[in-house]
Amino acid sequence: MTAIAPPLAEGELVTSTRLGQLLSDVWVLTKRSLARIRREPETLSEVTIQPVMFVLMFAYVFGGAIGIGGKGNYHEYLIGGMIGMGLAQTAPGTAVAVVSDMSTGLIDRFRSLPMSRAAVLMARSLADMLTQIIGASVTAAVGLAIGWRIHGTALQAIEALALALLFGYAFTWAGICLGMVLRSPEAAQQTGFVIFLPLTFISSAFVPTQSMPGWLQPIAEWNPLSSLAAACRGLFGNPNPAASVDAWPAQHAVAAVICWSVGLIVVFAPLAIHLYRSKNR
Amino acid sequence: MSDTPAIQAEGLIKNFGKTRALNGLDLAVAPGTVYGLLGPNGAGKTTAVRVLATLLRPDGGHARVMGHDVVTQAAAARRVIGLTGQYAALDEYLTGRSNLLMIGQLSRLTTRAAARRADELLERFGLTDAAGRAVKTYSGGMRRRLDLAASLIAHPSVLFLDEPTTGLDPSARALMWDIVRQLVADGTTLLLTTQYLDEADQLAGRIAVIDGGKVIAEGAPAELKASVGGQRVVLELADPEDAPVAAKALAPFATTEISPAGAQSSLEVPVAAADGLATQVLRALDAVGVSVNDIAVRTASLDDVFLTLTGHKAEEAEEEAK
Repeated sequence: MTAIAPPLAEGELVTSTRLGQLLSDVWVLTKRSLARIRREPETLSEVTIQPVMFVLMFAYVFGGAIGIGGKGNYHEYLIGGMIGMGLAQTAPGTAVAVVSDMSTGLIDRFRSLPMSRAAVLMARSLADMLTQIIGASVTAAVGLAIGWRIHGTALQAIEALALALLFGYAFTWAGICLGMVLRSPEAAQQTGFVIFLPLTFISSAFVPTQSMPGWLQPIAEWNPLSSLAAACRGLFGNPNPAASVDAWPAQHAVAAVICWSVGLIVVFAPLAIHLYRSKNR
Repeated sequence: MSDTPAIQAEGLIKNFGKTRALNGLDLAVAPGTVYGLLGPNGAGKTTAVRVLATLLRPDGGHARVMGHDVVTQAAAARRVIGLTGQYAALDEYLTGRSNLLMIGQLSRLTTRAAARRADELLERFGLTDAAGRAVKTYSGGMRRRLDLAASLIAHPSVLFLDEPTTGLDPSARALMWDIVRQLVADGTTLLLTTQYLDEADQLAGRIAVIDGGKVIAEGAPAELKASVGGQRVVLELADPEDAPVAAKALAPFATTEISPAGAQSSLEVPVAAADGLATQVLRALDAVGVSVNDIAVRTASLDDVFLTLTGHKAEEAEEEAK
């Protein structure tokens, strides 16, 4: 009988730098997350069916009652906000995926392997960014179908989408942290809903902040999703009531989105990795 | 074979809040042997394995695996260990083969080496036909085998098996035992926790009984059995009401006090080994008019060791912990 676990031959182990090891591990684990989507495409409903529903409901149910000031078209106004909202909406799903992962023995196995400590969560953030790209594409496609148009240059449109993805990526880290501190997928789903629903609604994603009561306006104006919506609308050449709002994040929407994104990553990524390292220790 | 233990723990302490899970645990496991950790649930077996497998940082004491400190040299320790826990540590949505490839690559194997090892292990563990199916379609026994294969993919020198056969049917269990024996024959060092005492008896060269977070007895299975006193007389009484009388008649033979709780038809008495023991026992019982349906004399089992050392049976301890 030959040995079950014969010694490995020369050259069968990878010798690489720490960075090379990190990149390799992240890639292996990102493929793992994507393989799950391939096997269970319904997990993508969050970024495929939901954006379609939201765009159509707001465009045709609420849209008629929402005034955006001037003679702007609400459908044109809506999409800049919907792209950001669709990205924020994936955060509870991220939290659920992280809680589920952490509650299985698989994470123990990962932690007992000679692999990079940061790789598991970085792979999660990358895989979720890929689903966010799908979500943003679906939103844009539905938008085009209901009359939304890009009036700016191609470069500006790319800048808007890149900005949205940067923010979506940063926001994923908040979802990962939430998943690291909660104990069950149900709790993650509920908590995510309670945090992220007001966040998307108290913004200019669906209605201009000018229509809100005075005390609420500063909150909505400083909401990163308002800045993202304003930045997208400005770059797409869509109606952008925020341009006439006298608040720094409304006037400097692109800079505000970049600041928010960098801030979220700087705070939540190291925190998430720290939580992962110290889990159960 | 060198004298350096493959696994060495000295005075391990681990607290969870106010609970002290490990309370000065010492272990030394010789290379190429199977070492069994026995103890009631909550005794600290799993905590000990998790510390040794670098998953938990001890609050006190030291541990080394193949000479690598599990805290200060955790990365080096992880290169020489494999871990199979109580729950299959697999991705449910990946195929069996993809799981092995992933674990292999994360264990620093080249893609080619991971593929070669994955196919070897799948064949060896009878999983080739299921290799292309998602793990969530696997039976419990198949999961355990795949899980074990995953922990073997990078040729670990030390393998930790935390209750590897809990919940498996007898044939799946026998297969796991065969694999364990083959691994030891290959020179792998195994640390095994189990709630099945016969499993420890069958597989382990040495056993540590753990209770309250530390080792309360250690030795080869035969030594442990000898330490709790040689033999047991098991009686089946014709009339359960005779139990107190029978107990009194057997007191001169017994090595510990016997106190039957009222009427009971079966009686088990730890006794010192002696020639003609069964005959003497029957004569003594006959003298006081107790009628016996069945009598057996057997040597102490690990269950007896467990009962004597921890004050409760292994199964009862499991129930209490739930």
